[in-house]
Amino acid sequence: MKKIITLFCVAGLMAAPAAFATPASDALLAKYKSEGVTRIDAEKAKKDWSKEVKDEDGEMMSCSICHGKDLSKSGQHHKTKKVIEPMSPKVNPERFTDEKKIEKWFKRNCKDVWGRECTAQEKADFLTFLLAQ
Amino acid sequence: MQKKAKIALVLAAMMVSGVAVAEESLIEALVTPLRQKEVRSVDNKKYKEECGSCHFAYQPGLLPAKSWARLLDEKALTDHFGENAELDRDVLSDIRQYALDNAADKSYWKRARKIAVATEGVEPAPLRITEVRYIKRKHQDIPEKMIKGNKDVKSLSYCDACHTQANKGVFEADTVQIPNYPDWDD
Repeated sequence: MKKIITLFCVAGLMAAPAAFATPASDALLAKYKSEGVTRIDAEKAKKDWSKEVKDEDGEMMSCSICHGKDLSKSGQHHKTKKVIEPMSPKVNPERFTDEKKIEKWFKRNCKDVWGRECTAQEKADFLTFLLAQ
Repeated sequence: MQKKAKIALVLAAMMVSGVAVAEESLIEALVTPLRQKEVRSVDNKKYKEECGSCHFAYQPGLLPAKSWARLLDEKALTDHFGENAELDRDVLSDIRQYALDNAADKSYWKRARKIAVATEGVEPAPLRITEVRYIKRKHQDIPEKMIKGNKDVKSLSYCDACHTQANKGVFEADTVQIPNYPDWDD
């Protein structure tokens, strides 16, 4: 019996933060910390999400142009019009479950929107902001 | 054995071997009757996932190998029609190989063959399927208002906007439905 109760407690502990973290996101946040990130600022990421920057073609770009501002809703690729599933892990539990995938899209999208790769600090901020949506 | 039965047997054998030569798998050819006519549908999970996350996962049979070689290149993907589509080296190598192996000029599927013929000797190799002579010809009679001027189509690049079975590699006219123009065929 004791064993079962312990199991339940462990399961409960594991389940509670599950909506806001995944093994992949934990691993990445740990990696960003090892790269020098000490303080995470999700508020900055929130502002950066809609910050518009002119791209090479003179078009205004931001994360929200494709992903939208309400992250519980799906977005749309600005050129191909392909539907982008919601970023919110609450609505879309597949989000942030694959470390490689997260890094792949950080790399591509930061370059596309800001014309450069994001720093570990920016990625840590964005990831934390997105996990809370 | 009776003569009739013999002839039937020989005919059957000829049909089977004919199909077997044209197709990689007889069973597959028999269960998919459109197999020979169209382009081979995408049967590579990684390719479907990587290409299909941003746009319609164009079947490799829609372009010749020389085009895929230009497109699916590490450097070229950093500016993929204006977008960054960088891939990890191992992923790129896999999907590049898949595209090259199943390219129009490596395929026996009829529509792919037509694309292979239309792009033979064309240099530099086309980067867009919409630049292929055969594709252009097939769409030339469709008025601009139904494609560019159509808010639910916009461009020829969105195959699946009108080709309702595009994801199966089927592009024949009977399967076309142009949004907002139900009687486009008249």
